[in-house]
Amino acid sequence: MEAINNMLGGTAVPDVLFYVFATLTLLCGVLVIANPFSRSPVTSAMFLVLTIISMAGLFVLLHAFFLAAVQILVYAGAVMVLFLFVIMLLDLKEEARRKIKFFGLIAGIISVGGIITALVKSLASIKPAATEPALEGETYALGKLLFTQYTLPFEIVSVLLLVAMVGVILLSKKKLE
Amino acid sequence: MRVYPTASFQLPAPIENMHVGLEHYLTVSFLLFSLGLLGVILRRNLLVIYMSLELMLNAANLALVSFSRFNNKLDGQVLVFFIITVAAAEVAVGLALIVALYRKRQSAHVEDLTSMKL
Repeated sequence: MEAINNMLGGTAVPDVLFYVFATLTLLCGVLVIANPFSRSPVTSAMFLVLTIISMAGLFVLLHAFFLAAVQILVYAGAVMVLFLFVIMLLDLKEEARRKIKFFGLIAGIISVGGIITALVKSLASIKPAATEPALEGETYALGKLLFTQYTLPFEIVSVLLLVAMVGVILLSKKKLE
Repeated sequence: MRVYPTASFQLPAPIENMHVGLEHYLTVSFLLFSLGLLGVILRRNLLVIYMSLELMLNAANLALVSFSRFNNKLDGQVLVFFIITVAAAEVAVGLALIVALYRKRQSAHVEDLTSMKL
């Protein structure tokens, strides 16, 4: 650890890890939407899985260990597997390349430029925090908060999952009767 | 310390200091969100559009968790917990809809889906 610190000129290892995970996340995010080598949705799904896993790494760096585990279990393990099931069930062809319409390009540039402006303005007014905050007993504190202060949303979300299950079964019947 | 041309010129925080702070995480979250937005606008395959939507949700999750950490409260993490759950339910229902649509129209191309009637 000390050797690595000296080699990097004094920057801490968590900082380097942040840049590694952030670059990995953004690179895989770009490859989800714009892959120059293959336009099939399976490739996009695989890169989305990689994006989700690197985001779990970013969560670990933010000391949200329970959420990192939940992200990998639920998002990468269940949601993306469901996506891949459906993609392979539908057996889609690759979409053909086309010329991007000029109006769409202008609208995209304007909207992204607006978001960039809002972000730069808000970032310029952030004052850097003096010290690193310290949360102790993370998962225990999270569970305590979840079951005391947020009990009602918790129960409502479980009813929501039941409703979603019933809805999926209803939507996949061949004839509605 | 770098020397700037004028005394009042200051780069935004992520470039100026290399120590990772809140603004670095927010920049990553913003870039991921705009990538998801570009994916929704530019791609025409229905499933890739849906995946870009999930990318946007992930960007919001990252912003919430970083705010929760740098303000020393756990409420952001509770909200992310709920967002992940609701996103999972939404993906299940959305994919059931896409499968039903594909059965009827035999196409998962946005340009072929021109009427609301299933």
